[in-house]
Amino acid sequence: MTELHHHTLAELAAGLRARRFSSVELVTHFLARIERSNPELNAFITVTAEEALRAAEAADKRLAAGEGGPLVGVPIAHKDIFCTDGVLTTCGSRMLSNFVSPYDATVVERLARAGVVTLGKANMDEFAMGSSNETSWYGPVKNPWDPKKVPGGSSGGSAAAVAARLAPAATGTDTGGSILQPAALTGLTGLKPTYGRVSRYGMIAFASSLDQAGTLTYTAEDAALLLGAMAGFDERDSTSVDTPVPDYAAALDQPLAGLKIGVLKEFFDKGLEESSATLVREALAQYERLGATLIEVSLPSLPLSVPTYYVVAPAECSSNLSRFDGVRFGYRCENPADLLDMYTRSRGEGFGAEVKRRIMTGTYVLSAGYYDAYYLKAQKVRRLIADDFVRAFARVDVLMGPTSPTPAFDIGAKVDDPITMYLNDIYTIGANLAGLPAVSIPCGFVGQLPVGLQIIGPHFAEAKLLNVAHGYQRETDWHKRIPRGYE
Amino acid sequence: MSSWETVIGLEIHAQLATKSKIFSSSATAYGAPPNAQANLVDLGYPGVLPVLNREAVRMAVKFGLAVDATISRRSVFARKNYFYPDLPKGYQISQYEKPIVEKGRLEIVLEDGSRKTIGITRAHLEEDAGKSLHEDFQGLSGIDLNRAGTPLLEIVSEPDMRSAKEAVAYMKKIHTLVRYLEICDGNMQEGSFRCDANVSVRPAGQEKFGTRCEIKNLNSFRFIERAINYEVARQIDVLESGGTIRQETRLYDPDKGETRSLRSKEEANDYRYFPDPDLLPVALDDEFIESVRGTLPELPDEKAARYVEKFGLSDYDAGVLTASREMGDYYEAVVAKLGGHEKLAANWVMGELSAALNKEGVEITASRIDPTRLAGLLARIVDETISGKIAKDVFEQMWSDDKDADAIIEAKGLKQITDTSAIEKVVDDVMAANPKQLAEYRSGKDKLFGFFVGQVMKATGGKANPAQVNEILKKRLTG
Amino acid sequence: MSLTRQDVENIALLARLSISEAELPVYVDSLSKILSFVEQLNGADTGHVEPMAHPLADQVQRLRDDVVLEEDRREKYQRNAPRVEAGLYLVPKVIE
Repeated sequence: MTELHHHTLAELAAGLRARRFSSVELVTHFLARIERSNPELNAFITVTAEEALRAAEAADKRLAAGEGGPLVGVPIAHKDIFCTDGVLTTCGSRMLSNFVSPYDATVVERLARAGVVTLGKANMDEFAMGSSNETSWYGPVKNPWDPKKVPGGSSGGSAAAVAARLAPAATGTDTGGSILQPAALTGLTGLKPTYGRVSRYGMIAFASSLDQAGTLTYTAEDAALLLGAMAGFDERDSTSVDTPVPDYAAALDQPLAGLKIGVLKEFFDKGLEESSATLVREALAQYERLGATLIEVSLPSLPLSVPTYYVVAPAECSSNLSRFDGVRFGYRCENPADLLDMYTRSRGEGFGAEVKRRIMTGTYVLSAGYYDAYYLKAQKVRRLIADDFVRAFARVDVLMGPTSPTPAFDIGAKVDDPITMYLNDIYTIGANLAGLPAVSIPCGFVGQLPVGLQIIGPHFAEAKLLNVAHGYQRETDWHKRIPRGYE
Repeated sequence: MSSWETVIGLEIHAQLATKSKIFSSSATAYGAPPNAQANLVDLGYPGVLPVLNREAVRMAVKFGLAVDATISRRSVFARKNYFYPDLPKGYQISQYEKPIVEKGRLEIVLEDGSRKTIGITRAHLEEDAGKSLHEDFQGLSGIDLNRAGTPLLEIVSEPDMRSAKEAVAYMKKIHTLVRYLEICDGNMQEGSFRCDANVSVRPAGQEKFGTRCEIKNLNSFRFIERAINYEVARQIDVLESGGTIRQETRLYDPDKGETRSLRSKEEANDYRYFPDPDLLPVALDDEFIESVRGTLPELPDEKAARYVEKFGLSDYDAGVLTASREMGDYYEAVVAKLGGHEKLAANWVMGELSAALNKEGVEITASRIDPTRLAGLLARIVDETISGKIAKDVFEQMWSDDKDADAIIEAKGLKQITDTSAIEKVVDDVMAANPKQLAEYRSGKDKLFGFFVGQVMKATGGKANPAQVNEILKKRLTG
Repeated sequence: MSLTRQDVENIALLARLSISEAELPVYVDSLSKILSFVEQLNGADTGHVEPMAHPLADQVQRLRDDVVLEEDRREKYQRNAPRVEAGLYLVPKVIE
């Protein structure tokens, strides 16, 4: 028998419209699943059951009146990086463990207006700094496919919640792969839109020139639905781009014949596990069968993306996180001896080890005498990388490669070695540095662990990316698999 | 020893007179209850973002055009990182490598009447910080962030000034200019206009600059002069006794009349400037710049030159009357109503009116006598209805009530006597009443002429036309 | 780049982070490794390359109208504050 949590977001939306079930039923169903499984998975930091049921009742009224768009009444989870008015918003940090946001992020506001119901706030790496969801003050998140494994990060709670069918979709944010990598590690469709496509207002900043909000869903069709409601110009974000939002769902079924796919040579390097490489190559072959042409593309500067990122992102974060000083909000240490003591202990105690490491890295690369050698140099290499992509998109429609070098790894395996951990994002960082949209879709399993195929497009080519992803998902069923124990 | 040369450069901070803050839509008004005008952006809340106020950009460009500066077609906001409780984000959004205004200049007039051009290195936009209040809250400080995010234009001069007086003249000139441009209210007490002074000394004739000290937060012309003079004397003292100057930030203590080192136990500042990723480059095209140019008023120097050339005023008078835009506006309104007589109008605006305003401590815009009423009074001097002396009494009366000059002249019967026969009669009476003085005068004691003028004026209550009195007396006294 | 304990202490002070004695050697080690890792960038030829501060080229700053849109929400905003009195945020004494 098909249960409510077996449906995609698009199917649930259609079911609500057809009144086959109510939003309250749907929300109640997912709340029960959260209650049962969250203690094991640790995917949610906060569950907003009461608010969700109230919102569901309101949605049912709108549905009964035939009002609103396609998303009225569907529940989702928000990554706890998005400020939600009146709700604890922690960003996975002790620093904000007492922070009740007095306002809604634009993403939260837009989805609420579209009738989407928030089930709760998903766990995440502290301030989105991490690739395994192990840096959260609220503890690690388990991968539903194997509880000994990480779900990826930083949007690990969002990914685990959706993969375990505790929520039919979730928002995430991506600075260096924080949507794509967990999507790959949990068998989901992850979408990171073009920088500037979705407003950053109310999304707690990690690295402002890289951060972008996106989605974790079962299908490209679900992503198209959510993105349509999230995207668009926001006058409160100076980096938000004032360009029309296309009908993403309408473009899904375009034929893929004639599609020129660039296969990223640098992504099939020695770091990529052979079993993952095989699955990605099989997916490429599937595209050829759908009429696409494969063209090998080399982006010579791309191997420098990880070092570039680990200068740019820490530099921006060291400044972005200066506002957490124990004065106006957030954690303040007990009995500060003086002003300096209040600063250093509030921040020293409020931030976890990885956040402190990145703040110090960023402080160093911006400091007098080192700015040119590190920060300015990285900004120049960043342009080389972006230019590589521009040249590639003159030849091909989309670029493809693996999302992550390996499937999900063991919890605790890499926590003591930052460089090894950072290299997890080796394939995803390029898109962030260049501000490009990218999608990860499941393309097979190594044992019981999912593997992701990454598709990168030119700026504002989200409709094309989702069309390409949807074409594959019509022919395959990797995205329909449910982890054992969560059926 | 007088072999030392002083070198001064100023960094002036002018709060721009926008309605809302530079990066947020909260109000900039002064005097609100603490933190009532600090919104999420001003408070540096997690997740919020800055959006630039167009008016602040226009005002910066307006200033740049007024000092013949280069307006950057592309300028960039940067973050200046440091921790301080009145700085909510832990960084100040400012401009560093690419300011909006570069390479301007301004001419000042020195005491001896000579002119000197002071270079303006740059002017950049930035946000103001909040305030730390040090009244005792159980040994703690209170933070008010209402001021945080108020737009500032930081105007940086070249080290072109050679004395405290020059520095004051430059600062006054900028003060006048920003108020002319209506980009800053210039209120120094409220901190809308303040400056930091970089001061050094070097042996006369030496090309290399000496080590400088920065004196922070000077908010009155008097303090600037005193602080610089103190600092110059201090530096010379140190150098002459064989010491060296340490580059440092100093604070002026107006009570003691001294500067003192702002010693901080913390590390030397390292502001880690980098381009603010939340803001994009500010691109200004010709159309924007020309539209701002179209709003430029007549500048003080242009106005003064016109007063000299067209109105025949002295350089000094023209300078005084153009010291503020409001003063010039008032003066020209009087001239317009009066239909000329520019010199008379100038004397009255600079004399009686300014004295009365000073006495009450009010601005010219709040004058109890508006230009129309003053012109009404001056018109009666021009047409000889009253003398200048009587006019002063009428002025006083006008200051304390709202009657026009004519009504007061009428009510008090102050109209000048110009009827020759009436004056002749009084003269005859005075002569008859003072036979002794008359005899003395006629025997050669010319000085007594004044006595007879006085007697006639006294007898007419000062209303007799002085010129006529003189003429008639001269005729009659000689017999 | 190999950092010393003193280097890390200086960075931590600049960043206002208290670091315990036990944590210090860990950061000396990992920060040194990270800096050595990013020094790969030195190999890139960036002679005539303009630094890239934003991912989207040709985007310029949008300007906002000068309008006051805020009402006083101090009470709500200060609910998150560790310590307030008379509308002020209280901190240990600020010494100038």
